[in-house]
Amino acid sequence: MMSEHFKIVIIGSGPGGLSAAARAAEHGISHLLLEAAPHVANTIHHFQRGKPVMAEPAVLPLRSSMSFAAGIREHILETWREELTRYQVNYRVGATVTNITGQSGSFQITLASGESLNAEFVVLAIGVQGNIRKLAVPGEDLPMVQYHLDDPDEFRNETIVVVGGGDAGVENALALAGQNRVILVNRQEEFSNCKEANYDQLMAAVTQGKIETRVSTLTERIDALAQDTFNLAYVAQTPEGHEQINCHRVIARLGAKPPRQLVESFGVCFPNSDSTSVPQLSEQYESNVPGLYIVGALAGYPLIKQAMNQGYEVIEYILGNPVEPADEAFLREKFADVPDIHSVSEGIKLLRANQPLLAPLTTLQLREFMLDSTICVLPRGEVIFNRNDYSNSFFSILEGRVAIQTEGQNGKEAVYGVKAGNFFGEMGLLSGRRRSGTAIASSDCVLVETPRRSMLKLLYSASGVQRKLDEVSLKRVVRSCIDTSLPERELDYLVQGAQPKRYAVGDVLFNEGDKADGLYMIRRGSVTVSRMVDGKEVVLAYISAGNYVGEMALVSNQPRSATVRAASPTEVVLLEAVRVADVLGRNTSMRRKVDSRYLEQVRSDEYAPSSESSELINFLMGQGVGEATDVLLIDYARCIRCNNCETSCANAHDGTSRLDREAGSTYAQIHVPTSCRHCEHPHCMKDCPPDAIHRSVNGEVFISDNCIGCGNCQTNCPYGVIQMAVKTEYKKRSIWQVMLGTGKLSGKTGEVETGSLPKKAVKCDMCKDIIGGPVCVRACPTGAAFRMSPEDFMEYVK
Amino acid sequence: MNMMQGATLLKYKNYRYLKATSLLMLLAITAYALIRPAGGESYGGTWLGYLLGIISTLIMFFLMWYGITKRRITGSPERRKLRTRVARSTEMADQARLERRKTRKKTRVLSGAMLQEWLSAHVYLGASLIVLVSLHTGFHFGLNVHTLAYVLMLLVISSGFYGLNVYLNYPRLITLNMTEDTLDNLLLKIAELDELAGTRALGLPDEVNTLIMKARRETRIGGTLFQQLSGDQKDCPTRIAVQQMLHLGAKYNQDDQPKIMRDLYSALLRKEKLVLRARTEIMLKARLECWLYLHAPLGIALLAALAAHIVSIFFYW
Repeated sequence: MMSEHFKIVIIGSGPGGLSAAARAAEHGISHLLLEAAPHVANTIHHFQRGKPVMAEPAVLPLRSSMSFAAGIREHILETWREELTRYQVNYRVGATVTNITGQSGSFQITLASGESLNAEFVVLAIGVQGNIRKLAVPGEDLPMVQYHLDDPDEFRNETIVVVGGGDAGVENALALAGQNRVILVNRQEEFSNCKEANYDQLMAAVTQGKIETRVSTLTERIDALAQDTFNLAYVAQTPEGHEQINCHRVIARLGAKPPRQLVESFGVCFPNSDSTSVPQLSEQYESNVPGLYIVGALAGYPLIKQAMNQGYEVIEYILGNPVEPADEAFLREKFADVPDIHSVSEGIKLLRANQPLLAPLTTLQLREFMLDSTICVLPRGEVIFNRNDYSNSFFSILEGRVAIQTEGQNGKEAVYGVKAGNFFGEMGLLSGRRRSGTAIASSDCVLVETPRRSMLKLLYSASGVQRKLDEVSLKRVVRSCIDTSLPERELDYLVQGAQPKRYAVGDVLFNEGDKADGLYMIRRGSVTVSRMVDGKEVVLAYISAGNYVGEMALVSNQPRSATVRAASPTEVVLLEAVRVADVLGRNTSMRRKVDSRYLEQVRSDEYAPSSESSELINFLMGQGVGEATDVLLIDYARCIRCNNCETSCANAHDGTSRLDREAGSTYAQIHVPTSCRHCEHPHCMKDCPPDAIHRSVNGEVFISDNCIGCGNCQTNCPYGVIQMAVKTEYKKRSIWQVMLGTGKLSGKTGEVETGSLPKKAVKCDMCKDIIGGPVCVRACPTGAAFRMSPEDFMEYVK
Repeated sequence: MNMMQGATLLKYKNYRYLKATSLLMLLAITAYALIRPAGGESYGGTWLGYLLGIISTLIMFFLMWYGITKRRITGSPERRKLRTRVARSTEMADQARLERRKTRKKTRVLSGAMLQEWLSAHVYLGASLIVLVSLHTGFHFGLNVHTLAYVLMLLVISSGFYGLNVYLNYPRLITLNMTEDTLDNLLLKIAELDELAGTRALGLPDEVNTLIMKARRETRIGGTLFQQLSGDQKDCPTRIAVQQMLHLGAKYNQDDQPKIMRDLYSALLRKEKLVLRARTEIMLKARLECWLYLHAPLGIALLAALAAHIVSIFFYW
């Protein structure tokens, strides 16, 4: 059997794939666009009805045969459908690719149907959503069996079986339960895979009889019924035997298979095992498999406009047409201020030559790097950042010199210089904490300032960068943690063979009674030090990044006197005991510092907190306060439950309160309300497509106006403090309204007519734009509400 | 456990307002004792009387302003917009950096618990009025608008003292009573127990069923203002049912009846506890709030009487 032959096969019909296919069609080359789902642009298709789609980043021009502008889902899909017909794009839906073999010029693509295709070039634009898992039982494709839920209000008075005990399944079941009979089926014995808030709601719904559940239950088959009342018979194996449930509809939410494994099976390499790592690509989006190109989210570009631009460009590159990348003009402007640089390629060259850290990057990665970075041309004496600022961008020095002033342990200032070709600011970046020193331009200099997200992305996607960064940063960590005056040669000796180690929350660094293996420099996260007292574990101290633990046993030559546990995701550098002892022997100044720290520790042990306070600390750590920088606590022994904190928060922030006083846990009269803690490494920042979540110099984590309302941050926040809300015109009550008690009182959300207005993520910004500070604290009449950092409460609890 | 935090309402800033008002009262008392007006009799019409009157009136306005402040804590409208904008273009980035450098020089003034300070002052100044205004009257009372204003003031202040008392003592009790539960949660559990008891009692004689049904239908949580404030229901059917079950237990002891009776008894007992907790919660919250419904309207009434008092004294001239 002859298999069909195409010049270009494009896999995945998201924005990137569609744009590539349209460009190929416009050129009149033989092409085929393959889509596994039953629709093109499946992800956008499954956005909720009327959802506004944004077109970030605004500065980037769109270059594609297809059009795209911010608008609602329906409009965008409609336009694309028209354009597909107009360009006569050759596409096929419901075609899942299972394998790609061969090489440039002769690829064989195998489909799930068993069919095989030939292609000279392949463009992979499959995104990162992965293929939705199906039930894999007979009847999985029946018409009333669905794998997503767009609008729960669409269904009324139906009997619906929801399969899947994860968040998606539970959320769907809850949303449907109001107006339908819902049976939630879970393969496992308990609903342990969903978020606590969902779990609580589910349990409440179950006790109220709104949802029925079946646990330890496996789907066997689904039959179509030819009767009036029910269309489906859902058959499952329960612990009691087979059960048939007649229903109108089955909704299965079983997650998706991440595409990485599939992509790797095509021969594409990823630089490391981190889940955020993206395949290494050439400037022309070509992967390590010649002829196989990757664009869009899979290549690390999650925004629609970027993907569409790349779809266009990749076709031009395949055809050998020179195209100026869409970001060229934008980048040219960035380099405009740099003396003696006239073009982007010159700038990129300078970057590569003067910053060895960036040398392992491809030109494509460098361009991406520059897109987010800013070039600062600074005169001598200019302050770049101050000690104790909460900024976490990373600086590379292209030209000139920079002086870093840090405060030594004895209060004296220590200054060291950093030359061109070096970098600084990595400590703030890695620790997520305040700057440990002040940086000042000591000559006229040219710097590249890179925001946290781009830098982290770089570290995950290019292993060479991480290694190079570690070489320098380990020494700096040691220097700043222990002794700022330690000579370079001793530093070299100390860090030889030292490797960064990572710990999850609750992991033990070392146990009381262990043999001392070395000194632990905490470069990220925080730990608690505890000891067994009368058979109970008592927390003695909380130690944050930028400090070290483990010196007690080293100095005293005894086994470990306490247990050290990670209080938040922690990264430490372990210095070998032998090396530390050697260096201590040779350097009296370091010896003195470690000794004084030892004595301090011995003294503070005498004031160990009571077991009651220790319980309170444990409770707070359990609430995730360990990774917070500033958390709102309420002393319930004083809180008169007037909710003035919420009301005034809403008043200060356009009518939406960013805190929920009543929710949250309480222990020993200390209540942790649902409110942002401004984590050291904010979970919400992890996956924000337009990079709209930032941390200000004072430490507040806030969401800026370019939020596209995707809801990723809401999902990623383990503390449930982010809401999606419609931004409305909000009028404050005038003084007369207050006196007369008229005008709308603001409170929680949901009072405003939302309609189809775009929703954006809303969270506490610690009132950073309001002089006087957080209104929740200021509005508390009895002083019950207060904000604290973990270091503070260790002090207070004692 | 107040160790986590600064001072309470009364101790705020090391008794700053206690000290200030004590000084004020001391001055007033000394002046009253030393300065004997011409006629030999002190009252509102002497210069000292006028002075005390004016001071007290100002204090009253200040106290009332607390009600406004409480609802208007939103901070200054001056917003540092620039800093929040995302620095995207180079120009904007430069601007933002400049701005950043400027603002970081300003140390952030965290005025802390602002409303707490207001309330602390409110409490002490309010209490000081008892002394100041009494001196202002020169202890002349009669059946007139002046004494009416004085009496109203005393009522406002006493309701305030009640409020202070509940504010200081009840929050702790609320937490102890509710732990991590919410009222809705308790009500849900109570409904479940009712359901359970109802089905369990079906096989038993009518006497028991009526008892259980009565406990289910007639137990009231909340109810009238008086019931809310007392945290009790007279002849609470659940309590009666628990007592009755003990007697009935001896009566119905055939076959599996004892077991069912035991189950019912334990369910009712659990329910009684929950009902008590729910009522306590409502009682505490009601007491925490109810006084405000006197304090504020009486305050307004005082304002009116005060206006009449001030206007009328002009006719004495």
